[in-house]
Amino acid sequence: MHFVVCIKQVPEKNDVKINPETNTLMREGVESIVNPFDAYAIEESVRLKERVGGKVTAITMGPPQAEAVLREAISVGVDEGILISDRAFAGSDTFATSYTLAQAIKKLGDVDIILCGKQASDGDTAQVGPGIATHLDLPQITYVRKIEEIEEGRIVGERLLETGYEVIESSLPCLLTVVKEINEPRLPSLKGKMASKKAEIPVWTAADMDCRPEYLGLDGSPTKVDTIFTPPPRGGGEILTGDPEEIVPRLIEKLKELVVGAAS
Amino acid sequence: MSNDPIKVIDETCVGCQLCVKACPFGAIEMDDKLAVIDLTKCTLCGACVTACKFDAIEMRESEKVQADFSEYRDVWVFAEQDDDVIQSITYELLGEGRQLADDLGMKLCAVLLGSNVSEQASELITRGAETVYVVDQPELTHFQDEPYAAVISDLVKRHKPNILLCGATTIGRSVISRIAVETGAGLTADCTGLAIDPETKNLMQTRPAFGGNIMATILTPDTRPQMSTVRHKVFKEAEVDASRTGDVVALEVDKALLASRTRRLSFVPEEDTIMNIAEADFIISGGRGMGKPENFDLLHELAEVLGGGVGASRAAVDADWIPYSHQVGQTGKTVCPKIYIACGISGQIQHLAGMSSADVIIAINKDPDAPIFSVATVGIVGDVFEIVPKLTAELRKVLGK
Repeated sequence: MHFVVCIKQVPEKNDVKINPETNTLMREGVESIVNPFDAYAIEESVRLKERVGGKVTAITMGPPQAEAVLREAISVGVDEGILISDRAFAGSDTFATSYTLAQAIKKLGDVDIILCGKQASDGDTAQVGPGIATHLDLPQITYVRKIEEIEEGRIVGERLLETGYEVIESSLPCLLTVVKEINEPRLPSLKGKMASKKAEIPVWTAADMDCRPEYLGLDGSPTKVDTIFTPPPRGGGEILTGDPEEIVPRLIEKLKELVVGAAS
Repeated sequence: MSNDPIKVIDETCVGCQLCVKACPFGAIEMDDKLAVIDLTKCTLCGACVTACKFDAIEMRESEKVQADFSEYRDVWVFAEQDDDVIQSITYELLGEGRQLADDLGMKLCAVLLGSNVSEQASELITRGAETVYVVDQPELTHFQDEPYAAVISDLVKRHKPNILLCGATTIGRSVISRIAVETGAGLTADCTGLAIDPETKNLMQTRPAFGGNIMATILTPDTRPQMSTVRHKVFKEAEVDASRTGDVVALEVDKALLASRTRRLSFVPEEDTIMNIAEADFIISGGRGMGKPENFDLLHELAEVLGGGVGASRAAVDADWIPYSHQVGQTGKTVCPKIYIACGISGQIQHLAGMSSADVIIAINKDPDAPIFSVATVGIVGDVFEIVPKLTAELRKVLGK
């Protein structure tokens, strides 16, 4: 089987703050990492390959330096990586991003299962996975916490819901988004590290994937960022210290005030 | 001529580097005392345009002909039902949708899919829906991504709503993402504020970015409907008013739209989930400071007295003290209760991202320097194992339990 795992490079921390004096964004030295949710998708794609045979292709859309996440994927067992990079992709929202990734998967051809993390830690939208499935007209199982069965043309997975899980069967090809519960990602092996160093990472541009220009980047993105601002600061509230015998009644008085205040 | 969506005007740039500092994505570097934007990293958020004091950065407007949206009317809410029970998020969306519909002078409508759901349709009317579009088919008894997305997309194309709101639930996020792509609409996730621009009548969708450190207002000016998802507890539920009247419109759909390549084989409820914490008004959460799994009993007792749920930090979940479904934070659930009591939680940024929009935050921690205190409405520097049992006992008295 051919597995494709879609991954994203994200900033390690979300520590971005607005300088209240200059009203500009302050950014600490930002390290880039594999989106934490994608690490589970990478691991699961490798486990599925080990279970039924086949190969895993990792794809990422991003700047040239996003190649690093593909090498990381190769170091834990992914067979090949493809970087999708073009300045025409600048300003892509989830619609344009899912279209672009879908075009790349079309170009790959014979694909059985597409895996994504449930969402990216920087955007938090959870829209790109289902978007890819829709652009490719494929079924999907989102929030998968376990693959129960996999065989030619059929998969059974457990989808995590708010109050339990449901067992879903799908025909193949299909797209899965996975949650943290599904596995524990492995560390790279020495062999994997060697492979990752040696791997040739092809770069696909818009022209390579037969894209419709009106679906790409800024022009292909229905949503536009209008303004950004800092949320009103909170906290720095009252601090109670001392003997629990005294604190607890004071806390209860406080709670009464706050709850009444919130209800009015 | 360059068609780049954003560019630095070299003649105007003085090399002050304000834009470099302002860029949240690290997409601007200096080259020979001029700012250069790396388009592959740029997300066109416009922070640099605002920061530049010399008007040296220009952002191109996307080339879209202003379409005529006069046909697109009404505010729609996707009515999420599970086992024939309308989910509370739907009532929250109807509460907010009412305001938007009034501001636009349009109708508030609900779209309900299921099987034998006429009773539920009437409930939606008592909560303020003026029209309920119902597709009643046995194939739609339980949510399945493909038929639900296909049917709603079909209704959207036929009836042309101006706005479509959906809960940011597992089901909501899965289905609305498909609908947005199928109808070519813009979709903004996890909105915490929705408002109508009085001039353009566009929906202004405000959402947290960077784990809540920054808020962004998103527009979908060139496409309709404008689609947003909203998390639990962000908006107030629409009140029940049994005197309200409205139309229930049963719609037929092409059978082909009901086809599904996925099938629900079974549902397994989680055993120890007494409550979905995303919907809880009170959450008692424990972190590394709880020390061992047995100590979570203290939190369960307090939660029981308050009628709330138990949450946990990632550290406690990773230590296997409590199942993952209780995890609050960036890799867990985002919650917005009336009161959040953090016990022995230091308050890593990833945890704060999941709970800092609670109305009231109480933090109990031994370490006076714990970051959790920076967001706490009331902070208690003390021992969780002394404070929590006393609090439970006192509350029992106060609440007469």
